[in-house]
Amino acid sequence: LKGLGADFTFGFIQVMDGEKDPRNLLVAFQIVRDLIAKNYALGPFVEELFEVTSCYFPVDFTPPPNDPHGIQREDLILSLRAILASTPLFAEFLLPLLIEKLDSDLQSAKLDSLQTLTACCAVYGQKELQEFLPSLWSSLRREVFQTASEKIETECLAALHALSACLSRSVVSSDAEDLLDSFLGNILQDCRHHLCEPDMKLVWPSAKLLQAAASASLRTYHCITHSVLPLLLEQYTKHPQSSQRRTILEMLLGFLELQQKWGHVEEDESTLLSLQAPVCSVVFSALTDASVQLQLVGIKALTLLGSLKGFLSSSDLELVVDHLIRLTLHEDSQSSEAAMAAAGSLAPIYPKVFSGHMVPRLAEELQSGRAEKARDEESSHDLCSLQQRCLQALAAVSTHTSIMRETVPVLLRHLQKVQKGSEAGNTQDMISVCQSLHRVALLCQQDAESCWYFHQTVVPCLLAMAVQAAMQESTHLLLGKALLEEEVLTAMIPVISAATTHLSPELAAQSVSHVVPLFLDGEVSFLPQNNFPCSFQPFGDGECLEAQRRLVALLMAFVCSLPRNVAIPQQEWLLRELLELSCSCNCPFTATTAAKCFAGLVNKHPAGKGAELDAIGPCPLLAGGTTHPVPSVPPGQQLDEILQLAVNSMEPSLVEGPRRMQALTLLLWVRPALDVWVRGAEAASLALIVLPPQVTKALLLRYHPLSSCLTDKLLGLLGDTELGPAVADGFSLLMAESPDVLHKGCHADVRIMFRQRFFTDNVPKLVQGFHEAGPDVKANYLKGLSHVLNHLPKPVLVTELPTLLSLLLEALSCSDHVVQLSTLTCLQPLLLEAPQIMSLHVDTLVTKFLSLTSSPTMAVRIAALRCAHALTCLPTPVLLPYKARVIRALAKPLDDKKRLVRKEAVAARGEW
Amino acid sequence: VSPQVNDAESTVSVEFTPTIPHCSMATLIGLSIKVKLLRSLPDRFKLDVHITPGTHASEHAVNKQLADKERVAAALENSHLLEVVNQCLSARS
Repeated sequence: LKGLGADFTFGFIQVMDGEKDPRNLLVAFQIVRDLIAKNYALGPFVEELFEVTSCYFPVDFTPPPNDPHGIQREDLILSLRAILASTPLFAEFLLPLLIEKLDSDLQSAKLDSLQTLTACCAVYGQKELQEFLPSLWSSLRREVFQTASEKIETECLAALHALSACLSRSVVSSDAEDLLDSFLGNILQDCRHHLCEPDMKLVWPSAKLLQAAASASLRTYHCITHSVLPLLLEQYTKHPQSSQRRTILEMLLGFLELQQKWGHVEEDESTLLSLQAPVCSVVFSALTDASVQLQLVGIKALTLLGSLKGFLSSSDLELVVDHLIRLTLHEDSQSSEAAMAAAGSLAPIYPKVFSGHMVPRLAEELQSGRAEKARDEESSHDLCSLQQRCLQALAAVSTHTSIMRETVPVLLRHLQKVQKGSEAGNTQDMISVCQSLHRVALLCQQDAESCWYFHQTVVPCLLAMAVQAAMQESTHLLLGKALLEEEVLTAMIPVISAATTHLSPELAAQSVSHVVPLFLDGEVSFLPQNNFPCSFQPFGDGECLEAQRRLVALLMAFVCSLPRNVAIPQQEWLLRELLELSCSCNCPFTATTAAKCFAGLVNKHPAGKGAELDAIGPCPLLAGGTTHPVPSVPPGQQLDEILQLAVNSMEPSLVEGPRRMQALTLLLWVRPALDVWVRGAEAASLALIVLPPQVTKALLLRYHPLSSCLTDKLLGLLGDTELGPAVADGFSLLMAESPDVLHKGCHADVRIMFRQRFFTDNVPKLVQGFHEAGPDVKANYLKGLSHVLNHLPKPVLVTELPTLLSLLLEALSCSDHVVQLSTLTCLQPLLLEAPQIMSLHVDTLVTKFLSLTSSPTMAVRIAALRCAHALTCLPTPVLLPYKARVIRALAKPLDDKKRLVRKEAVAARGEW
Repeated sequence: VSPQVNDAESTVSVEFTPTIPHCSMATLIGLSIKVKLLRSLPDRFKLDVHITPGTHASEHAVNKQLADKERVAAALENSHLLEVVNQCLSARS
């Protein structure tokens, strides 16, 4: 084809002329691109070739509905643009066209022109742009100054950036004019003076234009900052008002950000370095200003300057740390948080300065804070928050290993001090320290060395403190020792957990070899300060060990976060002890954590033999019979044995019969110690409720066949008047993500789609159970169902909806407000996502929703109003017959005594 | 816009200031405010929507229209006008 020369080009132009079909155009455009890209001879026909393609610019095309070819406007635009921007030969024709279209009223035309211009700059040079620069600049300026559209502004800035970059690239001979200089000169002339009027409308457009040009290349950056930075610094001093200073500093910040991009190349000529002193003084002045907004911008600027190599001198750095400390501790909470974040970012760059200055100061404040607080109760509230801030700051600044090694001891020492004290509010203080430790733990997770240091330092320390506290309580009732409070132990759990999850298996194994013997054998030798008055036996019997038993929570945190292939010494024994503890202990907290620990271990245990089969028939393990003790049992079989034991412990409680017989049976199986409390039934049912959902969930997550048997038992128990409600709530536990034990972050074994599987296996039974149940327990089934539905992925829910809908509608008539609430919560997203299906029941829905807007429970009223609002998603023809009635009925909740209800009513009624 | 609310006496008064004294949208704006209030407040409230005194050339005429319940009701029966008012009131995302 090339052999045909320019004749081919001419011939093609004639063929293409007047083409209208988009499919053909796409092909034609491709051909033209190839003509240009593959250097076909265009001869004298350059302009013609341009004409025949540019007549389609800007593309005006709306695909017909149901277009089988699926050609979009975007495809044509991009294809055409690729041609127009492909060669500098088109420049003399294209640029006038673009300038003309930029003046058009149509937004799409403007956008297309701008984007094409940006694309062209990649291939053009100074020569092509030369005569058009003034008009291009004037159009761009006009658009940015006048536009209300963010998109156009963005594209204009991008175009300016591209133009500047293009001009910067061109090689200029020594006697030719440097277009870049004159171009930038124009820009500066038109924009610079607006920077001096921080209150006026054009200040930001001008700043953005200058920044766009400056970001294009080193030369432009140099040229513009040389002119603009001194001006901005001067303006800052000239305008004393905080709001104006804020604008100026924000503009300055925009230019400073460019320093990171270009400034590192030529340090000796850098304008910024030469202005180091005034810039620092401006930033420091912003940090001391009374206006919080200005402080925040100052902090951002500070973070930026800190990240520039060699910008801040060491005396500057000390000043920076002083400012950050002051802002963190004594200023507005927004500034405080920003300052802490800034400290966190800067600390890894200057670890010595921060660990040498900031950490000791914070530690000092922490110490003196406590002393003050003890003396003066009245100002204790302010000092409380001062303490909190110190703690948060210590955590925030621990972003470098060396700093973390300083802050962790400080935090631990503080924790010990708080524990020894006897003031009220200790619980909250301890929780705050634990939260800070948790933050630090999360920061350490990525670095193996820090992670191990943290684990080694913190875990034994916390365990030692807890053991010490527990031992002192061995002879007294639990009073006054804040450390053993549930909330504090609960706050410690995430700390230990986060410290353990990212350990390498070797190091984890090392740690396990200390921690598990501590609990099983009372081996305290690895703990710091291990002179304890008596022995540590959390799994022992006896009331005096109540406090020690609580510490199982800490064991749970550790053991359940271990990586999966870490062997746990004496695992079988541990499992048995945990099982026994959870069944026999009458403290709900201990029983629950023991059950959770048991469950976590079961989940990660190598699969039992039974797991190889997917049991459909009666569960083999529950068929009765005892296990035969076998020496050196393979791990899979051990799991089955443990589970058998667990089931055997639960079995007695499941015996049906008259209530009295049941209570008696339960009491007979309960440990003698609990008889004293005569809450035996409660304890057993506690075990029943506490244990099965956790264990069931553990198995559920791994599809162990026993899980379906246990689930069936739970389903059966929904009909029990006494235990039903608790079981129904337990369904939420089965489906939801438990934050501390059975989720992926703790390396638990989570098979995909376990929720869907649960749903498919059990919802039919739930529905059947519901229909067969007596009126007083129907609510339990509904509650269970609602929990299941609320946690199900939406696509599954929508598919199953038609069958469940009648059940849900019936649920709305139930008088239990919890059921009403969960049903309403369930229905609302369904209205949004499956309007066609819901339309079939619109009459019932309208009636029920409206009646529930008068419910005595606020949450139900709100949910009902939200559902009424969601009803508007149904097709209009369906809704019209109800419109008047609904609007009338919604007038009443407008006057509801609760503001939140009124708010929903306004939204709903307005939509109707 | 500056609203005054008296819950005990069930009155709401909203005063609004057009951007320029000959603003042609003043009536429409006033009507939109009135409609929003009608839809969002319980029936017991008496509504008063008017232009800030001294800020519009025809404030007297506009205020009279807005105060007239029948005029307002009639306006809302005009489907085009209602459509425009609904657009004004539609929540911005």
